[in-house]
Amino acid sequence: MKFDDEPLVPGHPLPIRPGHASPGRLERVLRAGAFAVTAEISPPDSADPNEVYERAALFDGHVDAINATDGSGANCHMSSVGMCALLTRRGYAMVLQMSARDRNRIAIQGDVLGAAAMGVYNVLCLTGDGVDVGDHPGAKPVFDVDCMSMLSMVRGMRDDGQFLSGRKLSSPPKVFLGAAANPFAPPFDYRPLRLEKKVASGAQFVQTQYCYDMDMFRNYMAAVRDAGTHERVFILAGVGPLASARSAEWIRSNVPGIHIPDSVIRRLKGADDQKEEGVRICIDMINELREIEGVHGIHIMAFRQEDRVGEIVERSGVLGDREPWRPRYDWDKLAPSEDAVARD
Amino acid sequence: MYRMRSWSVRNARWLKRAYAGFETFLVWLNPLWRRIGYDRLEKPFVAVEKVTKGVLLDSQSCGQCIVGFTGLSCPMNCPKKLRNGPCGGVRANGSCEVKPNMKCVWVLAWEGNKRFRDNGYPIQVVQPAVDNRLIGTSAWLREVRHRSGASGSASREV
Repeated sequence: MKFDDEPLVPGHPLPIRPGHASPGRLERVLRAGAFAVTAEISPPDSADPNEVYERAALFDGHVDAINATDGSGANCHMSSVGMCALLTRRGYAMVLQMSARDRNRIAIQGDVLGAAAMGVYNVLCLTGDGVDVGDHPGAKPVFDVDCMSMLSMVRGMRDDGQFLSGRKLSSPPKVFLGAAANPFAPPFDYRPLRLEKKVASGAQFVQTQYCYDMDMFRNYMAAVRDAGTHERVFILAGVGPLASARSAEWIRSNVPGIHIPDSVIRRLKGADDQKEEGVRICIDMINELREIEGVHGIHIMAFRQEDRVGEIVERSGVLGDREPWRPRYDWDKLAPSEDAVARD
Repeated sequence: MYRMRSWSVRNARWLKRAYAGFETFLVWLNPLWRRIGYDRLEKPFVAVEKVTKGVLLDSQSCGQCIVGFTGLSCPMNCPKKLRNGPCGGVRANGSCEVKPNMKCVWVLAWEGNKRFRDNGYPIQVVQPAVDNRLIGTSAWLREVRHRSGASGSASREV
């Protein structure tokens, strides 16, 4: 999907259209009414930028925006701010994930400003997993703010042009604000209301936890529609391929917040090629999800199977005849020099 | 005190009313508090609050009590210190992600909220981040001062 006012230089902001919060491509795609596709990039345990570029290139032409995770599962990796900084240089639309686990309000606000300055136009506010499940269980859990107070804090920076303290910003961060939603964790009857509360705090889009239980998700969406919440927030349903029945069983008993029904595990067990079946299940789910009223897109979390994201998107036909933006690798010729870009 | 915590949530409805009555009583006594002096009252108030709220609610004495919004489930017992609702990690049986032997503070808060049967759910009010300077101070005294129009930063007591 290309817009007629695309910037010449990759990563430069698009003009902010009336009613839009950000100069980013993801908001453009969603507000244009397209069924959006986002994917999660796996952060490297490395200081080599090429590893980031290579991992992002797997999604070229298949997704509208890329989520940079922030120490997901409380494991240490390259920071989300770092990954976003690298990838916005190439023009990718990035979703910066910000977890409340590792930063206090001072650090979060500083990172939002820094990220926005580097061309990050989407921020996803998260509570974060507890440190106990990660590779540094002895770390101090910060949780100075929660996802809700983080949302309203960043919204205040953007809309009121001030820090939480009230101190003025000379140029507010123009970010499209996101949150996570998990319809599959108790208290189930509260989850639709929780989504409403996130919207009240400033969320403009949400990406959900993996949707493996369609019945449960349909019930959730019915309640969301009854409240009219789906008209106030863009909902991207989380999907991802499971590698095998065994790994699915491991995930559901060890990863917090992921619910996988027995029927999915049975389907995997019954297959000759479980990995392939996992991809097929994912594709089937995408096709079920796009039929649900109020679902505005999908968010693909293909943990350790990022190389199959393109295939999943193409085989599901979820994009229709739409082609998402992809980086061009000839912009050395377009941009006179790095310095000229920096001065712009 | 864990059992007491669940009991309070089960009895959230009348407890909240009793609590509100008690608070009105405290506000009514304001001339007395003013004569004694708020600063001198801070320590004894903190001590009484710690015991009563500690026993009834497992209160963690954050000094900016919001249990009226949380079905009388003290949110500071949440290992992630969430003040705006449950995280996505709640286990299928309603237990905490971090402490599997504890029922999620917010699952309790939602149960308590359903007992309030007010117009709308108080749990939906967006709570600001904790002011770390107020931890360990008296939430009651701050509320009394606030409600009787005296100086002192506003908190939202039960």
